[in-house]
Amino acid sequence: MKTIFANSVPGRPGVGPGKPTKDLTGLIPMELARAEPPGLPEVGELDVVRHLSRLSRLNFGVDSHFYPLGSCTMKYNPKFMEQVAALPGFCRLHPLIPQLRGAGHFAQGALEVIYETERLLGEITGMAGFTLHPMAGSHGELTGAMIIAAYHKDKGRTRTKVIVPDSAHGTNPASAAIAGFDVISLESKDGIIDPQALENALDEDVAAVMMTCPNTLGLFERNLPRIVELVRSVDALLYYDGANLNAIMGKMRVGDAGFDVVHLNLHKTFGTPHGGGGPGSGPVGVCTRLVDFLPVSRVVKLEDGQFFLDYDYPKSIGYVAPFYGNFGVYLKAYAYILRLGRNGLIRVSENAVLAANYLRKRLEDALDIPCNRICMHEFVASAVRQAAQGVRALDIAKALLDQGHHAPTVYFPLIIKEALMIEPTETENLTTLDQFVDDLIEILERGASNPASIQAAPLNTPVSRLDETKAARNLELTDL
Amino acid sequence: MNPDDLLYAKSHEWARISGQEALVGITDFAQQQLGDITFVELPAAGDSVTEGQEMGSIESVKAASELISPVSGTVLVVNTDLENAPEKINRDPYGAGWLVRVQLSAQPQNLLSHLQYDEIVEGSETV
Amino acid sequence: MPYIPHTPAEQERMLQTIGVPDINALFAEIPQELRPKRFDLPDGQDEHQVLHRLEHLAAKNNIHLVSFLGAGFYDHAIPSAVDYLTSRGEFATAYTPYQPEASQGSLQAIFEYQTAISRLLEMDFANASVYDGGTALYEAMMMAVRQTKRRKVVVDECVNPIYRRMLDCYTSNLHLDMVVVPHARGTSNMAALQAAVDGRTAALIVQNPNFFGVLEDFASLFDHGRAQGALNIISTYPLMQAILKTPGAMGADIATAEGQSLGLPLCFGGPYLGVMTCTKALIRQMPGRIVGRTTDNQGRDGFVLTLQAREQHIRRQKATSNICSNQALCAMRAIAFLCLMGPQGLADAALRCAEMAHAAARRMVKLPGVSLLNQRPFANEFAVTLPKPAYQVIHRLTQRGFLPGFPLGRYYPGLENVLLIACTEKHRREEIGILVEMLGGAL
Repeated sequence: MKTIFANSVPGRPGVGPGKPTKDLTGLIPMELARAEPPGLPEVGELDVVRHLSRLSRLNFGVDSHFYPLGSCTMKYNPKFMEQVAALPGFCRLHPLIPQLRGAGHFAQGALEVIYETERLLGEITGMAGFTLHPMAGSHGELTGAMIIAAYHKDKGRTRTKVIVPDSAHGTNPASAAIAGFDVISLESKDGIIDPQALENALDEDVAAVMMTCPNTLGLFERNLPRIVELVRSVDALLYYDGANLNAIMGKMRVGDAGFDVVHLNLHKTFGTPHGGGGPGSGPVGVCTRLVDFLPVSRVVKLEDGQFFLDYDYPKSIGYVAPFYGNFGVYLKAYAYILRLGRNGLIRVSENAVLAANYLRKRLEDALDIPCNRICMHEFVASAVRQAAQGVRALDIAKALLDQGHHAPTVYFPLIIKEALMIEPTETENLTTLDQFVDDLIEILERGASNPASIQAAPLNTPVSRLDETKAARNLELTDL
Repeated sequence: MNPDDLLYAKSHEWARISGQEALVGITDFAQQQLGDITFVELPAAGDSVTEGQEMGSIESVKAASELISPVSGTVLVVNTDLENAPEKINRDPYGAGWLVRVQLSAQPQNLLSHLQYDEIVEGSETV
Repeated sequence: MPYIPHTPAEQERMLQTIGVPDINALFAEIPQELRPKRFDLPDGQDEHQVLHRLEHLAAKNNIHLVSFLGAGFYDHAIPSAVDYLTSRGEFATAYTPYQPEASQGSLQAIFEYQTAISRLLEMDFANASVYDGGTALYEAMMMAVRQTKRRKVVVDECVNPIYRRMLDCYTSNLHLDMVVVPHARGTSNMAALQAAVDGRTAALIVQNPNFFGVLEDFASLFDHGRAQGALNIISTYPLMQAILKTPGAMGADIATAEGQSLGLPLCFGGPYLGVMTCTKALIRQMPGRIVGRTTDNQGRDGFVLTLQAREQHIRRQKATSNICSNQALCAMRAIAFLCLMGPQGLADAALRCAEMAHAAARRMVKLPGVSLLNQRPFANEFAVTLPKPAYQVIHRLTQRGFLPGFPLGRYYPGLENVLLIACTEKHRREEIGILVEMLGGAL
């Protein structure tokens, strides 16, 4: 489609405010003023509405398509949450208001949302304290890694290493490295952490072990008690990547299980929309001995029931966000938790696991499933058999687009060849799940007899396969 | 197969040594593993490089890896053609896709013959 | 149960297919000792009950003050079409566009965002955004550290103090040499900045308009930075950029911004939009998502995420940043806003903000004991020195429905009597009159 810039007509008016009474020269010296007006499109409101509406139709979203994208928890996003976030009392509130001496009472409702959400997340995970400041999952990881560094520093010791299993999300090693740690990769055995390998890797230089549980293969780390014991034996901390929390709500609380630091992805487990890549929200929870290191500010409830922002935590790692994180996102998650309640959240995890196992079982003959046992909320299949015939995981993904399904995550985790990582979530009905299985099996059968037909996919999408090499070699990042 | 007049590093770089100079590149196996190469970051002329140490990086659409110097010395010339045509590495890894020419400060210690390197590659492919 | 569609019969069918007797069997791998000690959450509620609760909480926030509070975050008018368009489920409920054939809508919109932002700031390239203006500044600093392989960073004290605290937090384990150059009555101390930027400096970090609202021209300081081999980084105010000298014109290497002024509500601090732009030479150091135009195998134009080899999912611990998401829907708001306003609308809005602020300043300095903190040019925000602590005046005026600004003493010891006042195009002339009158009465 043509870009909006190609629709620009010089002088066509937009929807700006009324005309100013003064011109620039009376207000700002010319040497500080802009020389040329910015090259923005000159289009009318209808042009913009039509352009973006047409663009929207080129997208797959959960609202329009089944989206079994492993590790991303693309569940349905309940619409009442949008109504909550649009309440003017929240969305028009200036973040500096509670920082003005004597004006904290103007933001009591917002502070109460923060206070309550932190406590609810604490109860769900069994952690002693939470911060809502991190603005995405990876931002939560970085915050968690900085808390770990501060803890060891406070104990007066230097711990330089963080251990990350090879099945981990790429953000784990990246976050640990950016917090200043050396990353040690740990090889998995039968798809999970091998306690013996962990024991060999652990020493007095290790600050933390980062885990995802269930892990990215959708498998529960059944040696967890032993892992906790090993990590404690060197006084390292155990980090929980909450990307997969959707599998275990009410079945295991990470705090009770022995984790010291966790981050959650509210845009996964708690149903806030992914927005095409953001905004997210990545709260971090910690055990009692780490509470003092949480970022500032923190919301405190006074005896009279009033809430206020407290900055007086000398051991705090400081400011990870300008204010209190993505308020408009966790506000929706708060509403989601209130809506589902205790039993609702337990049913969420039960049905997410049920749907994943159902798909796994129905696909186990058609695809290889390297660790084919009861999985949690997702599982990883492998197209190695198909690849040998010329149909790779990527081809299968593209053919699924033609059938009107978003593709699973492909080529992740890295430890499985030709990986297809499938996470159906609890919100898809059985008709949709069955249709997906039927379509996928049909694709695999067609691929066996006519690989070229799958290699050519997709054909029904707005564009077919794009030349990524050309995009990277001849960078065209703006409309010229 | 890999040319028999070169020496190879386990990290998939090659060196063509003549007197006190070496021409350096990546192997055919390495370029195949990376796929379409989109960018190479090389040291500048005058920089010193050390055998077994990182000297730059190489990117393809879906992968990135460090370039490890197979030799020690000072960079004399850099293949500036690669800035605008990194695909030369894919097309001709042992010729037009060379990376740098190095003035050696010491003879390399850990390089392999083409036969030894062939074995490594065969081992990798069967994994 | 809301949002879970299975009937009991369907659940039974699924269990039979799996070959387990009941749902609990699916969780058998979780050892008893790891089971929750408690899970003490409230019962679920109907939609209307939850809405009622949230409406009650929202009503406890006072959004009816006539507010002159800005300090980096501003209450600009947002055309209704912005909300309408970005609430479309095709945009809101999509994931990061890893499957480009199914994501051309998001990808093209981000490409248009990158184009509009780089033109607004007159920089070569923009990325698809990061979390907020503060993380954008931190990422910019790290780009400079990687590019120059130096570890000294010079920061102007006129940069938003909240962002400076974020830089402190993120660099606490990185062993950088952070040098803060004190402000001079709310203006950048150019001589001191120039002296601080030397051959060891990775980055010079400044802001325009600065935190005090003052307009600066950093062109000659940037010439010095360049001569020293440092990278020049500037944090900006994108809406006001419609009329102000651009980062590109000043010779910046990296320009960042809080994009909130481009159609995002204040929303108690987020979600916001971290704008990042840079020169061509630095594009491979740029963190986050970047969209590029290419062609499909039938020769049609299309868009993809490009330069992904820099990112965490490929490079893991060697990635340029750990950032995995961007603020895509916020960037979508910004491109909708910029298109709706157009170059003229954006300039009109910026100019109206500035004329309101100048009208307020002109009248305020006639009050006894009130003066401008400095005589430097400003756009829509300015600092005035009062004869008493600013917080006392704020306290007094909020009781009468006016919030006159931000007390600079909160972040700048010694400036307890200084009030930072911001105007936007939403203010009316009558409100400026009442503000001045009330201020006079409170002194």
